[in-house]
Order: sequence, then structure tokens, then C-alpha cells
Amino acid sequence: MANVITDETIEYVGILAKLALSKEEKEQAKKDMNRMLDYIDKLAELDTTGIEPMSHVFPIQNVFREDIVTNSDQSENTLKNAPGTKDNMFMVPKTFE
Amino acid sequence: MAKQYETVIGLEVHVELATKTKIFCGCSTAFGGAPNTHTCPVCTGMPGSLPVLNKQVVNYAMAVGLATNCTITQYCKFDRKNYFYPDNPQNYQISQLYLPICRNGRVEIETSEGKKMVGIHEIHMEEDAGKLIHDEWEDCSLVDYNRSGVPLIEIVSKPDMKNAQEVIAYLEKLRMIVQYLGASDCKLNEGSMRVDVNLSVREAGAETFGTRTEMKNLNSFRAITHAIASERERQIELLEAGQLVIQETRRWDDVKEYSYAMRSKEDAQDYRYFPDPDLVPVYISDAWLQQVRDNQPEFREEKMARYKKEFDIPEYDIGIITDSKHLADLFEETVAICSQPKKVSNWLMGETLRLLKEKNMDPKDIIFSPKNLAKLIELVDSKAINSTVAKEVFEVMFDKNINPEKYVVEKGLKTVNDEGVLRKTVEEVLALNPQSVEDYRNGKEKAIGFLVGQTMKAMKGKADPAMVNKVLKELL
Amino acid sequence: MEILAYSAVELSAAIKEGKVTAVEAMEAVLAQIDERENTVNAYVTIDREQARKAAAITQEKIEKGELTGLLAGVPVAIKDNLCTEKMRTTCSSRILENFVPTFSAEAVINLQKAGAVMIGKTNMDEFAMGSTTETSAYGVTRNPWNINHVPGGSSGGSAAAVAAKECYFALGSDTGGSIRQPASFCGVVGMKPTYGTVSRYGLIAYGSSLDQIGPLTKNVTDCAAVLEVIASHDPKDTTSIKRKDTNFTAALVDDVRGMRIGIPRDYFEEGIDVEVKDAVLAAAKVLAAEGAIVEEFDLSLVPYAIPTYYTIAAAEASSNLERFDGIKYGYRAASFEGLHDMYKKTRSEGFGAEVKRRIMLGSFVLSSGYYDAYYLKALKVKAMIKKAFDEAFVKYDLILSPVAPTTAPKLGESLLDPLKMYLGDIYTISVNLAGLPGISLPCGTDSKGLPIGLQLIADSFQEKKLIQAAYTYEQVCNKEMR
Repeated sequence: MANVITDETIEYVGILAKLALSKEEKEQAKKDMNRMLDYIDKLAELDTTGIEPMSHVFPIQNVFREDIVTNSDQSENTLKNAPGTKDNMFMVPKTFE
Repeated sequence: MAKQYETVIGLEVHVELATKTKIFCGCSTAFGGAPNTHTCPVCTGMPGSLPVLNKQVVNYAMAVGLATNCTITQYCKFDRKNYFYPDNPQNYQISQLYLPICRNGRVEIETSEGKKMVGIHEIHMEEDAGKLIHDEWEDCSLVDYNRSGVPLIEIVSKPDMKNAQEVIAYLEKLRMIVQYLGASDCKLNEGSMRVDVNLSVREAGAETFGTRTEMKNLNSFRAITHAIASERERQIELLEAGQLVIQETRRWDDVKEYSYAMRSKEDAQDYRYFPDPDLVPVYISDAWLQQVRDNQPEFREEKMARYKKEFDIPEYDIGIITDSKHLADLFEETVAICSQPKKVSNWLMGETLRLLKEKNMDPKDIIFSPKNLAKLIELVDSKAINSTVAKEVFEVMFDKNINPEKYVVEKGLKTVNDEGVLRKTVEEVLALNPQSVEDYRNGKEKAIGFLVGQTMKAMKGKADPAMVNKVLKELL
Repeated sequence: MEILAYSAVELSAAIKEGKVTAVEAMEAVLAQIDERENTVNAYVTIDREQARKAAAITQEKIEKGELTGLLAGVPVAIKDNLCTEKMRTTCSSRILENFVPTFSAEAVINLQKAGAVMIGKTNMDEFAMGSTTETSAYGVTRNPWNINHVPGGSSGGSAAAVAAKECYFALGSDTGGSIRQPASFCGVVGMKPTYGTVSRYGLIAYGSSLDQIGPLTKNVTDCAAVLEVIASHDPKDTTSIKRKDTNFTAALVDDVRGMRIGIPRDYFEEGIDVEVKDAVLAAAKVLAAEGAIVEEFDLSLVPYAIPTYYTIAAAEASSNLERFDGIKYGYRAASFEGLHDMYKKTRSEGFGAEVKRRIMLGSFVLSSGYYDAYYLKALKVKAMIKKAFDEAFVKYDLILSPVAPTTAPKLGESLLDPLKMYLGDIYTISVNLAGLPGISLPCGTDSKGLPIGLQLIADSFQEKKLIQAAYTYEQVCNKEMR
């Protein structure tokens, strides 16, 4: 199965991933992705009927926290690495509305 | 002939759960903290941090699911919903898509057209986002992550409603269930209950659904009602003009009373959901399920039916008292002490509701104890205080939960039952008001009212009005 | 004995005996760094002042008898994707060039509690994506055995630092071979423990379901000692496992008699360098001579491991790396127009080519219409691969294999063809998919004088078998050297 990753697909994935690629990068990405997907298509050879998808390798379940407040004010740490802050908040470009 | 259209409505209702801590970290969910003071590496998406699920969230979600006749998904998981927005610190929201905790429920609603069932498609658990504030001075936005990670359940209905009346009946029903469970206070205006309306129209009798839109930012029943009418009209106009309804999210402007599309080319609406590898699955055993089932409270309908049987109070009172679980609990606990349902109801329906309204408070904010209310009723019953004094005492009790027995003694408010003292006071009042005495004797019955009043005043209100009347009549 | 020649455990013993001090050991390491770092470039960040201070405090505690552990006083290097409080943590990416964590990774805390003294942060492939440490934004790391060759990756800085004696041991992380492969290329010992053995709290995630922290050390004894210290059940990581059998040094026993070892025939068929093949099979013979029962077998599904891995890892990475957006920490583009432009410029300028490649691939395989065909399919094949290993471990205690098909490639060769580079992960990747423990240890050198690595793989939670077999093999090699 040959994959045809189009310019539109690259554009679309760029929007999803928030990456602005240059023209050369886009061409390269198209080539790389086509090659990788052709390779990944190898998986289609396998019959996986009736097989449960495995997201966790071990059957661990029910790991919980009790509903008890354990954190105190850490706002200083929260904001320590921020590129822009004001009034103890993160400064971001205007969100539309 | 003009075409007839019918409206098809489904709701997505977000309810903020009343846990003490966030869904995946030990930060407080309390309102009103200074910006970012209720945050930690987990709820601000710091590199290297990992989420751990708050068990109480699962308990609440299950309880709501059971109360809405859902099937509980005993093996459920969390998924990541990926989208970039500054209120979402990881740029993915942890939610449930593939295996939501509750599915296939229903609730019965009642409107002027009668009773009907509204189906629940699913209920899932997820985390809330932070808050964005616009800064006019810098012309930028500011982000506060205090609400980021507060637990939510999203209750998704089936498209079973056809007008605003049904929508509001359904929301009232959900609110009542959730409040009875103590899972949330469900306030639309404060955002602890948020409603998105999915609406489409179709020609009456059509088999398939029309294209739907999703309406956001509806902060009151009034807004919901207006938005439904407006969107129905907008869609019909489009169809009549031969245009298509576009599937989109719209935002309701409550001031201008219109909606607009929240569209952006940067918004692909492709959330790339996949199971969150950082959170292990939740397995709800039969025993756990049973435990939650056993702990379910008596809901409103059952309560109303029982009150009708058990207590001799008007149906109207029952309706009002059971409208709030807090009020109903207060009622039952007080009756359990004093066995005077009618009198307890009177205090709640009268003074309590009056003061709540006056002080702009919610029944859950009531602080006086059933024990003290019962004591107050007993004080009136035993004629230790009269009703005027009782109301004064109640106001103090409402504010400070004082013990009325002690308070009455300390403040010397007890009715004076010593007939000698009363007789002496009456004699003094008569002596000071010869005109009224004469009026009365001349047949002006009303004059006695003034004399009663004067006597009560002289007694500083601490007399039994019936007794004052009796003594006055004897002496006149 | 020359101070840098000590292993970690030997050094700590010598400090406790008063033969050397923790401060002297740190000074020796810093002097070695001064000498070698110009060419090797194993570190991204070194805090000499803090390292000296910490060494002095540790020495005091050892003298007072407050620190008695196997690693007390030993200088350690930490891979730069492990958060270190107050010390810059970059993941070798521009996007985190100025990021200073406010907490330390659980594994780092465990080491510090045991008295290990941090020197600095080691170079790596950006966000652990790569097999050569050439995708770092802070320059390539060179292989101490031959500086024209790569050290492997992604934990190349950690492996090179151990090999160049620029530390006594190091921590790395392994998502598809990122500890074992650089260990092999640099001639040191590296282990990826069973998934869930070491807390991932504070490890900046690449592929969360595959990532695991582990040691890179001079020998097997150090490896067991470090693992014993960093393994812990951490309530902050829900995938962390409560294990009672973490006294790994108890498995340092010179005995493989009766141990059943399987060699996957499929691993030696094509693409493998003859010298690597011969060295690995020779190692198998050594173990057989020591009494192990060694035989070949067919491990199924081998060709499917790489596509499965790259689908899952890229998908998880695309989501894990969304948080780097220029708002809360790290790099933010200098100029932009509006929110979405800021996101795009920040991320496009902040991430390198390989990271962008994997984010694009990962976003695509999760996107609407492709999820079932790619991501879900890969999760199903992962289940099949795990089952294949389960079946193998019914018959065998251990699986023996190469670590990589070749020895360390020359600098600049690998990145020309990413897919070919990915194929180099063939022997290590399925171990991550199945959550198994694997160890890499030196088993000779090729004609160019570059180290060859031997990989041993055990069933989940059977690190002790790995350690015992590796230790036995190492003892034989030591005897031969004498």
C-alpha cells in the first residue's frame, strides 16, 4: 500500500501539531512521512482479529489518591519559568472572543 | 402551506464535582484563591509531572450514573483529548472517550404536557480548564490555573428534547439528583453547572436529523430559553432560504441576545483521542458498585411520597422543602427531635425562607442546628416565650446558631407568667390611660387593643397576649 | 589504585575506609572533565561549585556514619531529561534552554538520599529521539573510544561520561534502547529495568508507555547497586509497581548452571555485522561453558517490532510534547502575531528536525480517520509481541542477543537516512514494547577497536536472572584479562 501524503495533509498536520514548516521542511516531511507510513503498513500484514489493543503492558488498575488537600500555595514555583507574567498570572497573546 | 418544523435538542451538561481536591493532584478546589495559588506541577503541566486519580471523583460519577439509571462501565479508562489553548496547560485534556464510566441512562421529566423520558447517552469524567482573563492595559490575556484540574462530569443526553420547557425540566431534574447526592451545588450562574445545547431542526415527521449546531455560554435558564428560540429561528430561516445549516459551535451573547460562530482556521476539531498512558484503568468491582448503590440517598420523588404518608403537612410545603436536600434534611432531623412536623414546616417555609431570600443565601448555607430549632418550638409551645419574641430569637439563631433556651434566659425574654405582676402592670396602664378606659367602657371594643399593646410594652414583650387580654377584661 | 579507576561501589567502599574522600573523588572527576570534555562533550550542564559543595557535605555525613549505602560519596551524572531541582534541565532541546525545574525526579532523589553526588546533566538526543546523540541542540557527543564515531543514543552523554571516566556512573532513560545501545557503543554496562520498576515522576516523557529510567555503569556490580537504589514504588506514578525483590545486589552470584538461555535465530539472519554476530555468539558459548543450557529458537514477529514502536512512540510523543508552547516555561519566539502564530513559531524554532518529524508522524497516526489503521493496530501488534515473549519465557530464563546490528557508526552517517537509523533499534525495541528488563554489557571489540555489546533479556521482574548471568559472564572476561 503506497501512501500519498499530500501538501494538504502536511498543512493539516501542521495545524494539529502547531508546527510551521518551511517549504523545504514540508517537502522533506512529505517524503519522510510517506516512507515511514509505507514501512508502518507492514503491520497490515498481520491478522489482529480478536486481539485486545494493549495500552498498558501490565494489568495494574485502580491506583487512586484520597480526596485530601496536600498542596499549599506554590504559585511562585508555578510561575518561576514563565516567559511572561503579570499579577501572578501567565501572560499570553490575546485569545479571541 | 408553510412548512412545519420540529426542533431536536440534546444537551451536554458539565457539572463541577464537590471534591475537596482536584481530579489528578492534591490541590484545593476552593473558590476565591489568589491567581495560581491552588496549583502544582501536575495541574500546570510541568514537564515530568504525572497525574494520579482522585477516588472520590469515581464515586461521585458512579452515584450520578446510578441515579440516572445508567449502566456502569466496570472497566473504564481515561483518554487524552488534544487541542492547543492557553487555559489547557498540557494542551491536552484528560477525559474519557472510548470507555466512559456511565452509559445508556434515562431520567423522567415532567412538563405541562405530561411526563416523558429523556435518554442519557453517557457520563464521563474529565478535568476542568484554567481561567483566561483579558487584560485591557497590555492588550493580552492572563491565565490563572486555579480551576485547572477541578473534576467535572459531563452528562451527555440523547437528542430527546424538543423545546425549552423540556430542556429546563431535564436540567432541574439533573440538578436535583446531583444536589441530593451532594456531588455538586449545580449553579449555572457560577459555572458549577454548564450547559451546551445541541440543536437541529427538521420538517415535522422527517425521519432523519437535520444538521446540528452546538451553543455555548448559557449561564441561566433564561439564556437557554432565548438561545433555543433564536437558534431554531436562525436554522429555519436558513433552510427556508435554501441554505444549509453548518455544523459548528456557536457562542451565545446574553446581552445582545444573539449567537455567533466560534470558527477559526486554526481550530481543526480533530482531537486525536488516545488512551492516556500515564493513568492505569479503573476497575469497578461488583462489591464497589454495590457499596455506592447502598449509599445512595433517598431522592426527591421518594421523599415527597414518604412525606405525604408520614407527615400531616400541605403538599405545597412538601414541594418547597424537598426542593433542597439541605432543607429536607433539616426538616427531618428537627421533626425527629420535636415530633411537630407542621410547626417545623412553618418555621422553614416562613422565617427561614424569608431570611434566606433577604440575605441572598442558599439552604446549604444554613447554620442553625435542628436541635436549636426544636428547642425554639418547644419554648413557644410551653408558652415560655410568645411568638413575637420567638421571631426575634429565631433571627439571632439564624445568624449565630445560639441555643434559644440559654439565650432567652440570658436576655430575660421569658414570658412573665406571674399573674400578680401582670395584674399590677395592667392596673398601672389603666391608670395612665383613662381616655382609652373610658372609650372601652363606652363600647369602643377596639380600645382594648391599644391597652394590650401598652401592657406588652410595659412588660417589655414578655407577656402572654392571651393572658393580658384576660386580665384586662377582668379589670375593666 | 588510581582514583578514577575505581568502580562506583569500590569508590564508596574506599571512602568509607578513609582511603579517599568524596571531595577527592569529585575533584578527580572534575579534572578528568576538564581534560576530556572539549572533545567528548558528554555534558550539557555542569555545576562545579554545587558539586564540590555537595561532595563536602556528603563526606561529612559519611564520616558521621549517617550515610552508609553502597553509593555514598560517588559522583554521578544525570541524563538531561530527568528533572533536577534548581539545575537547568533541557532535554538537549532549544525549547527548554532556560528551564530550571522546581522539583527533582524521584530516581534522582533516591540517588541523593543514598549519598550519590550529582556532577551535572548529560547530553542526549533531543527529547530522547534518536540513536546517536547527534540531534542535541547543544552539540554532538563523541565516542570516547574513537572521537570520529557517535556514542549511540539517546543516552549518549551518559554512556560517554562513564566510558571517559567523567563520572563513576550515570542515569539514562530507555524508550526503545536508549540506555542499552549507547552502553554497547561505549563499552559500558547499561540496564533498562522492567517497566514500572523505577518511578517516571520527573522524567520528561517521550513515549510514556515505554519510557524507563536505568543505570549506565562501569560493571555489573555497579549496575545492580544503582538499580537497587533507584527502584522504588512511587504513589506519584500510577504505573509504578510495588516490588519486594529489589535487593538486586543479592543476585551478584557467579553461577549460570542450569540456566536456560534462548537465542532468537531471526536476530542473526540479515543486516547484522559479522564481527558483532561472532562476538555475541562467542559470549553465548562462554555462558554455555559455564553451565547454561543455550539453544536457538524462533521468536516470532521480529520484523513488526519497529513499525509498532515508531507508531506508538511517535503518537505518545506528539501528545507529550504539546505542553511546550511558550507559555509556562521554556523558549518563546521573539516575534509573532497572535496566539496561534506564537505557538507555531515557538515550536518550530524550539524543536529540532527529528523531534518535528516524530511529532508530525504521531499527530498523523492519531488523526481522524487514521487512528484505527495505525495507532490501534500498533497496540494490537504490541499485545501479540508481548505474547510471543511470554511464550519464549516459558522455555527460557533469558534471551541472548546483540544490542545493535553494528558497532558505533561514524559521526554524521546516521541522520542522512532516518529510516535506516530506526532499523538499528531492531534488537532493543521489542523489549520496551513488552515491558521487559534488558541489560547490555561489553563482549569484545571489532577490528576498528570499537566495543560490541551483548544483550540479555529476561521476563518481567526477573532482573536478578539478568544480573546473575551478566555477572557470571563478566567474571569470566575478567579472569581472561588477567
